Amino acid sequence: MSAISQFWRTGPRRDPNTIAYIVLIVVGALAPIFLQLFLGGTATFWLTVFADMGVYILLAIGLNVVVGFAGLLDLGYAAFFAIGAYTYAFLASEHGIVTPLHEAFHVPFWIVLLVAMFVAASFGLILGAPTLRLRGDYLAIVTLGFGEIVPRVFKNASVWTSGANGVSALDIPALPVWIQGPWSGDPFAIVQDFKILAPLAYYVIMFVLLILCVILVRNLHSSRLGRAWMAVREDEVAAAAMGVNTVATKLYAFAIGAAFSGFAGTYYAAKLSLVSPENFGFSVSITILVMVVLGGMGNIAGVIIGSTVIYSVIFIFLPQLPDYATSFVQSVGLSGLTQSSGDYPGIGEFISRLKFLVFGLILVVVMLLRPQGLLPSRQREQELQKGVHEDTTIVDVTAETA
Amino acid sequence: MTAVLPESRAADPPDVILRVDHVTKRFGGLVAVDDVSFDVRRGEIFALIGPNGAGKTTLFNGITGIFPPTTGRVLFQDREITGARPHQVAALGIARTFQNIRLFEYMSALDNVRLGQHCRMHAKLWDSLFKTPAERREELAVTERAMELLKFVDIERFTHTYARNLPYGSQRRLEIARALATRPSLLLLDEPAAGFTPQEKVELMGLVHKIVENGITVFLIEHDMRVVMGVSRRIVVLDHGEKIAEGTPEQVRNDQRVIEAYLGKQH
Repeated sequence: MSAISQFWRTGPRRDPNTIAYIVLIVVGALAPIFLQLFLGGTATFWLTVFADMGVYILLAIGLNVVVGFAGLLDLGYAAFFAIGAYTYAFLASEHGIVTPLHEAFHVPFWIVLLVAMFVAASFGLILGAPTLRLRGDYLAIVTLGFGEIVPRVFKNASVWTSGANGVSALDIPALPVWIQGPWSGDPFAIVQDFKILAPLAYYVIMFVLLILCVILVRNLHSSRLGRAWMAVREDEVAAAAMGVNTVATKLYAFAIGAAFSGFAGTYYAAKLSLVSPENFGFSVSITILVMVVLGGMGNIAGVIIGSTVIYSVIFIFLPQLPDYATSFVQSVGLSGLTQSSGDYPGIGEFISRLKFLVFGLILVVVMLLRPQGLLPSRQREQELQKGVHEDTTIVDVTAETA
Repeated sequence: MTAVLPESRAADPPDVILRVDHVTKRFGGLVAVDDVSFDVRRGEIFALIGPNGAGKTTLFNGITGIFPPTTGRVLFQDREITGARPHQVAALGIARTFQNIRLFEYMSALDNVRLGQHCRMHAKLWDSLFKTPAERREELAVTERAMELLKFVDIERFTHTYARNLPYGSQRRLEIARALATRPSLLLLDEPAAGFTPQEKVELMGLVHKIVENGITVFLIEHDMRVVMGVSRRIVVLDHGEKIAEGTPEQVRNDQRVIEAYLGKQH
């Protein structure tokens, strides 16, 4: 028991990521089977929820590249998510007819995934090129502005985007024909099956996308570029003096982060079959940032765990909180509390209004107990122990630096 | 190694590796470096000395592109590098260390030195994303060379230690290893022996000689004149941003202005 509490307080000595990845993959792969076994009818509902959760995990993995690896505080990450989603809306629906183009596009989902990646990355470059010379707080403000501007543009450029109504009836993704072929004489039958099994199919697609993205990001992290990100995060001047092009390095982080967001946006739009500017507000950016920080900035496995936890709290636990409260007061014999009277709206509604207070409390408690995140990277862990070994570094503060 | 260096290689043509040509740096109304010119010759240990605030580090920052000079030119291997960005200067072959150590504290010693090889690596985004065989080979080679460099500066026992957890002297050595990793032809050392005991200073100067023997020109800033007198054949003295003397240790030591500006206060 003390070993566990030791683990919780100080973090493990050995790298726990391998275990985390194995657990995540096994759970992810077996989840559909177990859901089917234990829940039967409602299994598809939970598969949908998990697929949606996957969108946020994907976003968090992408933001982790920007915030965790390169140390750039991006408060407008949802903008790239919106760009990815709208890319799919334009390229795969009848919507094109009502725009000045008067022509609809129906590009397959799989191709739009790649296109959206490049579109979002390009916007990352466009935003990054003039702003990445800024540091810290200033960059945060600019990205915050960008995050506010993009949904507003989609809302107000109504000739192109149908404004606040958004774009609906997006194409439903289909398996590529070459996948349908091998095990079916009649490809159209599989398309039928595919649509019937949609929640499972979306789940599988997300699972595969996630595994792919984690592998790619891990590769990046242990590469020349990953080292340069770390160096820029720690000391930009020293990194530049050692031959790292700091602006290009930060641009890479921004563009790659944006690419993941575009990826996630396309998937999200295809699954929902609807995009609307309301879905990409500031709260989305902040939620993703919270997932990254709480999970363990800079560590991919930690970020996955963080986004799973935060998603579960926000989208599963909090919405059900009023019901829990209602059934709780009824079970303890205080049914009167469920009725509204005067200003008091009844326990369900009352708790529902306190939802985000509860969420805030959960965040504060977790960050107090575990400031380094649930599963931190080794660097972060060290940084938070700053002061313990302070005597080993002697910095002459009076030294001439300019 | 401890043998006295010859006063000059008279027969050699003055093969200039770095030319500082009438460099001035102003910060607002303050003139930190005032019309300074000198040449650093290939293969020598050249020293820049001067009291605190003389503008030595400012000059280094001007050469390496961190704060480009206000006026004047810097030529490296007959190529003008005035105003080049720091990473371009590093790629051309000038590496440096910092007076107030600037290691990547939360990276291991090994990673610090691997990072130093960044500008000599070829892996593109594609290679990094998919861990291509070429990328793997390059990473192996880079790791191997990093180990060699850690051994060269004699801190291989700290290979996997976070830079910030290294003892002070080893941090200075790690900075040198990281700078050497960029494969420089000119190495700028900004007070490499600051805060060292006399014994450590002797060891460090041994390392500097080893570096020069490997064909790298060393240009160092030093506060302690006795250290410099032992290693450098040529010295430039700055005071209040102005060059007040240049020459052999003998000449500098006997220069009236140097004695007044610097030694006079010290001794």
